[in-house]
Amino acid sequence: MITIAEVEHVALLSRLDLSDEEKRMYAEQLGAILEYAGMLDELDTGNIPPTAHVLPLNNVFREDREGEHLPLEKAMQNAPDREGNFFKVPRIV
Amino acid sequence: MARYETVIGLEVHVELKTGTKIFCPSSTAFGGDPNTHVCPVCLGLPGVLPVFNKKVLEYAIRVGLALNCKIAGFSKFDRKNYYYPDLPKNYQISQYDLPLAEHGHLNIDIDGQVKRIGITRVHMEEDAGKLVHQGSTGVASYSLVDYNRTGVPLVEIVSEPDIRSPEEARAYLEKLKAIIQYTGVSDCKMEEGSLRCDANISLRPAGSDKLGTKTEIKNMNSFKALQRALQYEVERQTEILEEGGQVVQETRTWDEARGVTLSMRSKEQAHDYRYFPDPDLVPLVIDRRWVEEIRAGLPELPDQRKARYVKEYGIPEYDASVITASKDLADYFEQCLEGYSNAKAVSNWVMGDLSRLLNAHDIDIARCRIRPAQLTGMLKMMDGGTISGKIAKMVFEEMFETGKDPEQIVKEKGLVQISDEGAIASVVDEVLAANPKVADDFRSGKEKALGFLVGQVMKATRGKANPEMVNRIIRERLR
Repeated sequence: MITIAEVEHVALLSRLDLSDEEKRMYAEQLGAILEYAGMLDELDTGNIPPTAHVLPLNNVFREDREGEHLPLEKAMQNAPDREGNFFKVPRIV
Repeated sequence: MARYETVIGLEVHVELKTGTKIFCPSSTAFGGDPNTHVCPVCLGLPGVLPVFNKKVLEYAIRVGLALNCKIAGFSKFDRKNYYYPDLPKNYQISQYDLPLAEHGHLNIDIDGQVKRIGITRVHMEEDAGKLVHQGSTGVASYSLVDYNRTGVPLVEIVSEPDIRSPEEARAYLEKLKAIIQYTGVSDCKMEEGSLRCDANISLRPAGSDKLGTKTEIKNMNSFKALQRALQYEVERQTEILEEGGQVVQETRTWDEARGVTLSMRSKEQAHDYRYFPDPDLVPLVIDRRWVEEIRAGLPELPDQRKARYVKEYGIPEYDASVITASKDLADYFEQCLEGYSNAKAVSNWVMGDLSRLLNAHDIDIARCRIRPAQLTGMLKMMDGGTISGKIAKMVFEEMFETGKDPEQIVKEKGLVQISDEGAIASVVDEVLAANPKVADDFRSGKEKALGFLVGQVMKATRGKANPEMVNRIIRERLR
């Protein structure tokens, strides 16, 4: 289980407005997920070198060459609101 | 001795001038129409895959090496999570525990002493977009977002908390800017945001080695703003501590107009970025030989150039450090010396009248209308006695305004120095006749009276008389 305070903290960071009912529900569900993933802690990884990636690949690069830009109308296509060339969003700070 | 010691560390972001963004092929050009330099990757559309621009790695290694860092053999990208509309993905791709470069330093000159400031790390990350807030704070209802800057490559350079005063902070930032400009990987224009600086600052009782509570200062958009903001913060924190209070750890923003720092009191203060390795990007294994090639290709850096100027041109250390602080200014200085050998004369003009006019007109040396050959042409006319030092100043200003050759200006304006003995002598006689009392003063030993008489002769000849001849003739007449 995780605490309601932890749920509230994560909700704040994610800009989610949760009801008391939802907080209780997510505390339970997230707790269950963490508990399940926590099984990995039972493995002895003492002799395993840490990994930074799941693929056995390094150094995938592209050259510094310009490609196509997305036309403005396409870029704006899914925006809930716009003003001229700009995306329009609720003020945060 | 002050009761408190100031401890400052700087975090500097520098935009790298690659042609395209760090993880996608969109243009990095500054000043395009909003949202026209974007593609599905930098807009954070679902299902896209970032691919790392190799030039960014090369440039960042160049910065790391120029700052005397150790370049990592293994490095990776991490996601820094925060929700803010300047980041369409809701995370910034950055580097966390395995940065590209660490353990560097640079040297600053402070009060004639060389001081070494440690560089903790240099890491790569993507820039965020630009928000335009509509209306005044508090009442505004919305913001406008331009994602052109999103994904422009940045290096973040974090200093050790080795800086002990606002002056040192400024000197550090100036030096850092100079070094990076020399490496050629960024324009470092603070006014365009390609060089940005945040500061961590705290005070502690003098003699203590425990760090006090720090504040983080943002929004300092010039060297002067950095110094002023930190000075303000030293005073503010001193006052709190003197009254027995506690400094609150928080982020504060510099209000340039009011000259104060203000608490940002935002929910963003919950610094909890939940970093984790970015699964979309594979790790970097950095080839030692490539690093050594980049090191070998590094250009001459400010400290080396300064030392060379002192040794090769024999100019004072002070002149050398002022000139080499800007690569463009140093290049200009050297171009002057291609056809002229009196380095000290050139350095006097470059540091004096040229810098003064550039500052007054807010012009970059790169856009200066006086070409190096014109400056030295004017110096040669001075050396040859064609114009006096005083006239040279007029010619210089005219060159600055019009870009004309000095020879042409002197000819057009009739500024050729009068070195005709007879002509000067007759003006001297007129001046002496008009000022008998001053002439007597000089005869009776008042050296100062000479200056007045010379001034009168210069005035009568509109500055064109050869000053040495004027001095000599007056002395002869009054002997």
